[in-house]
Amino acid sequence: MLKYILRRLAMLIPVLIGVSIITFSLIHLIPGDPARSMLGEKASEAQLELLREELGLNDSYLVQYGRFISNILRGDLGTSIQSKESIAYELAQKLPATIELSLFAMILAIVVGVLAGVISAVKQYSWFDHLSMTGALFGVSLPIFWLGLMMIWLFSVQFNILPPSGRMTTGVHLETITNFYLIDSLLTGNWEAFKDVLQHILLPGIALATIPMAIIARMTRSSMLEVMRQDYIRTAYAKGLKRFIIIFQHALKNAFLPVLTVIGLQFGTLLGGAVLTETIFSWPGVGRYVYLAVLGRDYPIVQSTILIIAAIFVFINLLTDILYKYFDPRIKYN
Amino acid sequence: MSLQPSPLPEPHATDQNSIYEHQGQSMWKRTISQLIKRKTSLIGFSIILFIVVTALLAPVIATHNPTAQSITDRYLAPSSEHYLGTDELGRDIFSRIVYGTRISIQIALISVGISLVIGVILGCLAGYFGRWIDQVIMRVIDVMMAFPSILLAIALVAVLGPGLKNAMIAVGIVGIPQFARIVRSIVMSVKETEYIEAARAIGAKHGRILFQHVLPNSLAPIIVQATLGMGTAILDAAGLSFLGLGAQPPTPEWGAMLSDGRAALQTAPWVVAFPGLAIFLFVLGFNLFGDGLRDAIDPRLKE
Repeated sequence: MLKYILRRLAMLIPVLIGVSIITFSLIHLIPGDPARSMLGEKASEAQLELLREELGLNDSYLVQYGRFISNILRGDLGTSIQSKESIAYELAQKLPATIELSLFAMILAIVVGVLAGVISAVKQYSWFDHLSMTGALFGVSLPIFWLGLMMIWLFSVQFNILPPSGRMTTGVHLETITNFYLIDSLLTGNWEAFKDVLQHILLPGIALATIPMAIIARMTRSSMLEVMRQDYIRTAYAKGLKRFIIIFQHALKNAFLPVLTVIGLQFGTLLGGAVLTETIFSWPGVGRYVYLAVLGRDYPIVQSTILIIAAIFVFINLLTDILYKYFDPRIKYN
Repeated sequence: MSLQPSPLPEPHATDQNSIYEHQGQSMWKRTISQLIKRKTSLIGFSIILFIVVTALLAPVIATHNPTAQSITDRYLAPSSEHYLGTDELGRDIFSRIVYGTRISIQIALISVGISLVIGVILGCLAGYFGRWIDQVIMRVIDVMMAFPSILLAIALVAVLGPGLKNAMIAVGIVGIPQFARIVRSIVMSVKETEYIEAARAIGAKHGRILFQHVLPNSLAPIIVQATLGMGTAILDAAGLSFLGLGAQPPTPEWGAMLSDGRAALQTAPWVVAFPGLAIFLFVLGFNLFGDGLRDAIDPRLKE
């Protein structure tokens, strides 16, 4: 197993180098003068030259790329043009909010998606099957930014039962330990804060979970149908085992592998979808950070954040592969 | 009759070809009959047809000029005068959505066109020539897939500059890997078949083998991917426009319309609601039809 993990890690190196080349090149794809594009038409030639010097835009591409890589390896992601803050610091502040939202959405998507998929497969062609598969089809066809806005209109404007934006009501006190507010409120036994945080995360969480939930439900259903036809399931029934045990212990365990792959890939949808969801719900995470940076033409932020998100996605996929191997030791990679 | 086969046909490439074409035709016939039998794919097809007809007849269907502003008619609720209400500049939302079908179809066709052409070329080269060409192309594809697609599109538009054209290019680029991977795997399996060997034996050139023999075999999955890709392209492009990176005012693009309505969500929810429904319907149509097409073409995938 260790050998396998090391090998997979080694295979990541060319991908990560490629990712770094693409993110590095972004700034050079800007038509015209990148410095002018960042500072605007009113900037003086001296200001432009200063920025070019700061970003090292006057050096050759190779020197610039070498510096880019060596900075990243030292944890230096550059400086924001607008706030003049270290990007690594700002990202570290915002990352927990995005991770918390993404994990919340993913857990929601897995629980509901797998359950709906299993029941649909077991009761194929029943009303539940039709309903949940129609729901899944709608789920993959909905623009999540529209769903988010409609949920705000319904639950925040019309019924006024859930907050439309933010992570927590201002005034609610929470002692932060991990910066994952749900966990922090649990750790400190602060139920008032827990309830408030939960209310805030619910709408963006559901909006973000929609697509992965739909895809997981469809995958679970088709994978379960495949497995339920196998001889060993019939044998289990013949032995007189309880249906519940057959479905969840015998069938789902084997049907879960393809679902696991889908879950890994859906993390990409979540990380990308975070930009739209966080923008709508004013969620103070990385997605909104990128969005504001794009609007403000703060390219170093766009560059570094996209690099970090891609790296996270690559490692999640590695983790999926390792889990896959763990669940099915027959898998061999050359 | 002239079509009568000779008693002892010479086994040469043209026969191989005609046999293949015959199978091809029956495959398409079977596919169409399968599609008609499935209610969901019929619904999908009807939605697509409805949207295309709306786009063609937009000037006839629309009740108002889609860009005409009227300050006195701001945020009017849906009525018999304005079926779906008006927006913050007093423009008729129904007419804007009707004209928006033209933009959405344009986005879907151009974005998917970009993904398809580049993806098919890369997939063919990788699958057919193998070795280092395959290695290089597939590593590039791996790297592209390391980015969440909408995020890569946002980054590309951020640097290329906002606008519908750049949004279509960005959405097209992020869709390339899917096509390249599908085509590569089919080309790799078709390459080993006997009729390709026969074509090679009679001295057919690479280009001829690829375009006349290999590509026609990959057509079905490419069409399925293109159909499903249309929905994704519209979702991604609408997302970009929603963020202000795609279509610019006063273009009646659905994502941009939705974004315009955000500020008045509390008082005039119809400004947001209807363009979103239009996007949903468009994507649903292509997803339903694409799913049906996939099941009809490859019944093994059906479930």
